[in-house]
Amino acid sequence: MIYMDNAATTLHKPPQVAKAIVQALNSIGNAGRGATEASLGASRVIYDTREKLCRLFGGESPNRIVFTANSTESLNIAIKGILNPGDHVITTVLEHNSVLRPLYECRERGIELTILGCDGKGNISCENIESAVKENTRAIVCTHGSNLTGNMIDISAVGAIAEKHHVLFVVDASQTAGVFPVDVQKMKIDILCFTGHKSLRGPQGTGGMYVRTGVEVRPLLSGGSGVDTYNIHHPKEMPTALEAGTLNGHGIAGLNAALSYLEEIGMDSVRAQELSLMRMFYEGICGIPGVKVYGDFETRQRCPIVSFNIGDYDSSEVSDELFSVYGIATRPGAHCAPLMHKALGTKDQGAVRFSFSHYNTEEEVQTAIEAVRKLAED
Amino acid sequence: MRKKELKLIVTFHTTTDAMAMEKMCKEQNISGRLIPVPRAISAGCGLSWCADPKQSEIISTEMKRAGIKAQALQECMV
Repeated sequence: MIYMDNAATTLHKPPQVAKAIVQALNSIGNAGRGATEASLGASRVIYDTREKLCRLFGGESPNRIVFTANSTESLNIAIKGILNPGDHVITTVLEHNSVLRPLYECRERGIELTILGCDGKGNISCENIESAVKENTRAIVCTHGSNLTGNMIDISAVGAIAEKHHVLFVVDASQTAGVFPVDVQKMKIDILCFTGHKSLRGPQGTGGMYVRTGVEVRPLLSGGSGVDTYNIHHPKEMPTALEAGTLNGHGIAGLNAALSYLEEIGMDSVRAQELSLMRMFYEGICGIPGVKVYGDFETRQRCPIVSFNIGDYDSSEVSDELFSVYGIATRPGAHCAPLMHKALGTKDQGAVRFSFSHYNTEEEVQTAIEAVRKLAED
Repeated sequence: MRKKELKLIVTFHTTTDAMAMEKMCKEQNISGRLIPVPRAISAGCGLSWCADPKQSEIISTEMKRAGIKAQALQECMV
């Protein structure tokens, strides 16, 4: 199988990830539940992973890194934990349902929601974001990169707008963490939500968030904390405040190994390889008659994603043909990005999404180009 | 049970702070270890750093330097 669905999850992980998970499964206890070597082993690997993530994202302290199961959980905690009835929040049509659905729920609770549209190429204008800020605007919530087109939002510029107007800035880095540099302090990000299983190359069930010092987030969950047991309330100190219950120590051990790999190989090298493969694929298919590619390929900064359709063919049919005939794994359909598809006019047809990893090869990309060419000729 | 000795006990608000303490002490060659918080100090679970009371000053200084927040530093028989 040629796996080109890395925006959904990266299938090929560094080998040390599985090794670390197995080692953890066979050795660690429950973090923060006692001072045995088993429990401390879990606490140590979890703390070390907090430090690595803090370094990766330029946070001020490992205490501000919270572990969750994935981006969806992080975004739910962030969105539901900072908005109150009467507040106004701004987002964009580029968003995944993990942003949109919590925001729709907030709207049902009396929170005013502005969803900014995009241009024909799927880009968001920062001027439109600033114009949408009102007196009661509490937050701007946006993705760093569209999971459908691969287009990116200039989060440094949006961060500057958020800071200027004293509104919170929440970023969904699901598609970019591990490939594109994110510096929460320089970019004025108040809450960064990320997942471990995509471009960080860790296991599923790992993810997290960075929460800036001073930002109060109402927890979604309360429960076991390992500290302050006789307090009827869940502790307010970070990161415990947002981490009720046993953490996924085994998964986090795997994520730790993935982060070590990333530090070793270097994010710049990973990004250069992935963008080169993406560009090769794009250039190979964009001239094929009947192929329509979505998104902006004139910008250098974009996620390694190419989404397209062939004529009027159902994207599911094309994706199925790619897999059953050529062994190429892609993702058809709506990609949990309903507003982006509506904006592109692809609500019914969906789109076929190719998304690349640095583990892909030029030979695989060439095979994929030829497969698309043959399908388009049929 | 072994005989109790007077120790310096540092307690923390979170496990994360306790782990930061362990790492810092290891890096600075400060002896001691993490133990469950003694009942004499708190009945609420959690980890505490147990060290020789003579190291109180260096521990306070290094914690301040590293930005590690303690809930309390106190001596007790452990």
